Order: sequence, then C-alpha cells, then structure tokens
Amino acid sequence: MGSARLYATVAAGGFRRYATYRVATAAGVFTNTVFGLILVYTYLALWDERPHLGGYDQAQAVTYVWLGQALFATLAIQGGGFETELMERIRTGEVAIDLYRPADLQAWWLAGDLGRALFQLLGRGVLPFVFGALFFPTALPHDPVIWLAFAVTIGLAMVVSFGIRFLVALSGFWLMDGTGAVQVLMVTGMFFSGMALPLNAFPQPLGDIVTLLPWSALLQMPADVLMGRTDPLFAFVFQAGWAVALLAVGRLVQGAATRRVVVQGG
Amino acid sequence: MGEGGRPAEGLRAYRLIAGMWIRSTLAYRVSFALTVVGGLLVTGLDFVAILLMFSQVDVLGGYTLPEVAFLYGLSATSFGLADLSIGSAGRLGSRVRDGTLDTLLVRPAPVLAQVAADRFALRRVARLIQGTLVLGYAWVALDVDWTPVKAALVPVMLVCGGLIFAAVFVAGAAFQFVAQDASEVQAAFTYGGQTLLQYPPTVFGTELVRGVTFVLPLAFVNWVPAAYVLGRPYPLGLPEWVAFAPPLVAVACCAVAGAAWRAGLRTYRSTGS
Repeated sequence: MGSARLYATVAAGGFRRYATYRVATAAGVFTNTVFGLILVYTYLALWDERPHLGGYDQAQAVTYVWLGQALFATLAIQGGGFETELMERIRTGEVAIDLYRPADLQAWWLAGDLGRALFQLLGRGVLPFVFGALFFPTALPHDPVIWLAFAVTIGLAMVVSFGIRFLVALSGFWLMDGTGAVQVLMVTGMFFSGMALPLNAFPQPLGDIVTLLPWSALLQMPADVLMGRTDPLFAFVFQAGWAVALLAVGRLVQGAATRRVVVQGG
Repeated sequence: MGEGGRPAEGLRAYRLIAGMWIRSTLAYRVSFALTVVGGLLVTGLDFVAILLMFSQVDVLGGYTLPEVAFLYGLSATSFGLADLSIGSAGRLGSRVRDGTLDTLLVRPAPVLAQVAADRFALRRVARLIQGTLVLGYAWVALDVDWTPVKAALVPVMLVCGGLIFAAVFVAGAAFQFVAQDASEVQAAFTYGGQTLLQYPPTVFGTELVRGVTFVLPLAFVNWVPAAYVLGRPYPLGLPEWVAFAPPLVAVACCAVAGAAWRAGLRTYRSTGS
C-alpha cells in the first residue's frame, strides 16, 4: 500500500513537472501540427500513386500520420524523456543518491516517465490529432470498445517505450558518455517504430522483420488496433510480452550495474 | 570603432569564437569522428524513408527519384550550411532564461556574432556532407541537359538557400527574446521547412505552396529555381524569370531577419537573478 502511494506521487510529480511549461507545450503542439501537415501531403501523394499500399486506404494513411504526431512526444519515439537525465546522474555519480532512496530505481523512473507520458498525451497529443481529424478525411471507429482497446495499447506502448529507454540509460554505467547511445535510440526509434513510414508499407522481407521488433509496439500496434486491422487481444499480448521482457532485462542489467557502481567524485 | 566597421568586427569575433570551439572539439578526435558518423546516419534517415517510398512507386507527385533527390540534396545542403554557421542561435532561449546572455552583452563584439558562434558545433557538418552526397547522386542520375546557366544556378541556389535558412534561424532567435520557452516553434520552420522542401511542390496543397512562396519564401531555396533546371512547370504558374530571383529573396529575408533581431534585442530584459 505504502509503496503504491509513493510511486503514484512520483508519477503525479512527473505529470506536474511537464505541465508547468505551458508555452513550451503550446510550441510543441504547433510544431507537431506543422510536421503532420507536411507528412500528410507526402503520404497522400504516395497512396495516390499506390492505392492500398500496405493494406491502408488514403483515410487510414492520414489517420496514421496524425496518430504518429500525437504519440511522438508521448512515447518519446526519438528519445527526450527521462533517459538523458538518468544518464547525466550516472555520469556525475548522483545516481548513488537514487540508489539509497527507499524506492526501487527502475520503478521510480518508470512512475515518473508514465506521468510525463500521460501529460504529453493530453497536453501535446490531443490537439494535433483533433486538428488532423477536422481538416483531413480520417478513418476513426465509432465503436467505444475499440477506443477503449486503443487506450490500453497506448498505456502498454508507454511501458515498452520506457523499457527501451531504461536500457539505453543504463548503458551509461559502462559507456559514461551517452551521446552515441542516444543517437542509436534516435535512429532506431524513428525508423523501426514506423514514424518515418508505416511498417506495413515497408518492402518485404524487411517489413516482416521490423513488425516483430519491440518498436512496432509503440506506434504500429495502437494504430492498427484503432483502425481495426489487428485483433486487440493479439496486440495486448504482443505489447505486454515486450514490456515484460524489456523490464526484466532492465532489472538484470540494473543488478549488474549497481554491483559495480563506483561513485565519482570526492 | 575598428577599421571596416561593424560587419568586419562581427566576422572577426565570429571567427575567433568559432575557432576556439573547433579547437576544443578536435581535442577529442575519435569522439568527434564517431559523432559525425552518427550524425550521417541520423540525417540520412529521411532519405532512406524516401528510398523506401520509391521502392513501392516510380514517381511521387509526378517527380522521379533522381528529381526528388535533386530537391532533397539542394534543401539538405543549404540547410546544412545555415545550421552549421548559425544554428547555435536557436539556443538563445536558454541563455535568456538563465541570464547568461548578459555576459555576451557586455563584451565588445556584436551580440549576433557571439550568439551565432556560441558553442559552434562542427559535428553539424554531417548534414552538409549527407546533403552533398545526395546532390551528387542526383547530378549523376538526372537526365538533364546541363546548359551553363543551369549549372551555374546550382551553386547560386545553395548559397541563397543557405542565406534564406539563416534568416529563418535569426528571426527564430529574435522571437525567443519574447517567448523563451517556445524554441520548438523555430523547429517547425527550420527542420519543418527543410523537410517540406525535400518533396516536390506538386505534392502539397495550393494554400501551403502559396504560404511558402509569398509569406515565408522557402520556395526560392529550391522549388522555383529547380523547376527551371528540371524543365518542370513552375509552382503556382509563376513566370519563368522568378527562377533567378533567389539572390533578391535572400537579401530581402536577411534584411527582415536583421530588423527582427534588432527589435528583439531592444526588448530584452535580463532575468536579474
């Protein structure tokens, strides 16, 4: 009971921390809308040339674009959540303070990052998506059950996203300088999540391979559940499977890292 | 006041500060080389996305892959020029926020030169290299009758495009005097503009094309002059001579950005803490 309240407080703190910067949030909404506009036109041209590419019609491709913009910050697809902060704490040795807190390192950062993600979904995600749905033909379901299933896939995607970035952050224990790891995170996130192009529009066999990787749990799965192209139960199992696997590996690596932690500084 | 006046003074300050940052970067050569390689991968991604698209189609908006690569190369290279030389100005907001801009104000050198050279990031050559490579591919793959005029237009486009993007960077920096937290708005115009210009104008809605032709004249970076080189219909049915307007547009953009910068600097109030 006590620890559940602790992590809820940490999550609320993460939410409030990002909610403080209102101008920055408005700027983010604007930028995501502009990028959505640019992408939507390129996708329309692509689907004009190849109708039903990857099994999407034009309205579904448009929906996919705006969903990507809505989830871009929420799922920190190119990075930009807690990981640079944790890496900096590992580099400076401040992580030692985190380790002797009466809380688990992984759960602590997970709670904070979920708070951040929830704020960015509401604060940064909703408006570009509504803009897109108002001004472009989209393929949105009427069935509230599908919307509910979609909400669950977003929650699971948040955990998978955390799992990936937690591993990247822990690499700091061995690498010290995280620039390279963050760059890898950026490239893989942009590409394998389907942010650059929906995974079902990838040429084969590349398309089949990327669909199995954890990044496809981020954007592709929620999109396909929303547009009724995937059985929600399959999506839940796939996402939860990757979430558990990534969190478990994160736990193992965390154990290995904390056994060898040497606090920097005098 | 030194000989040659303010511009010469600014250039000298810029050279000194940028040179200092380059020396400090090159102190860690391996790290620098790895960062540039990583940068090439990151910046190359959007071209890979275009290649993936062309694995499914033969033309996009009526343009073939070499033609899109030509637009992409021009956009990325001119953006790379601007980003390398003046991209640091995009971080002005953080300096306003923490009050360190005051340090720059009391130094005997033009503030814009100092802000532009601040933490000069040589690793940004990655974008420049990557853009040039794609442009080289386009040059080889394009089936264009390269008359002397067309060939001469390419370097003109790169320089003018660089100046237009630089003006956007400076105007964006000026905006951060007013709205410090809103630095991401600038990304919509710089990175967003660069992405927009990588695709043919035929892909986009007329209103959008009109906006980036007459309001924020990004179309003059590549769309309009490239239409002349490729022998394509001009966006919005513009007359043929506008293909040679980029130098005029670039000068006008720089004048507007300069005025915006001076206005922004005048409104600056230190945080005082």
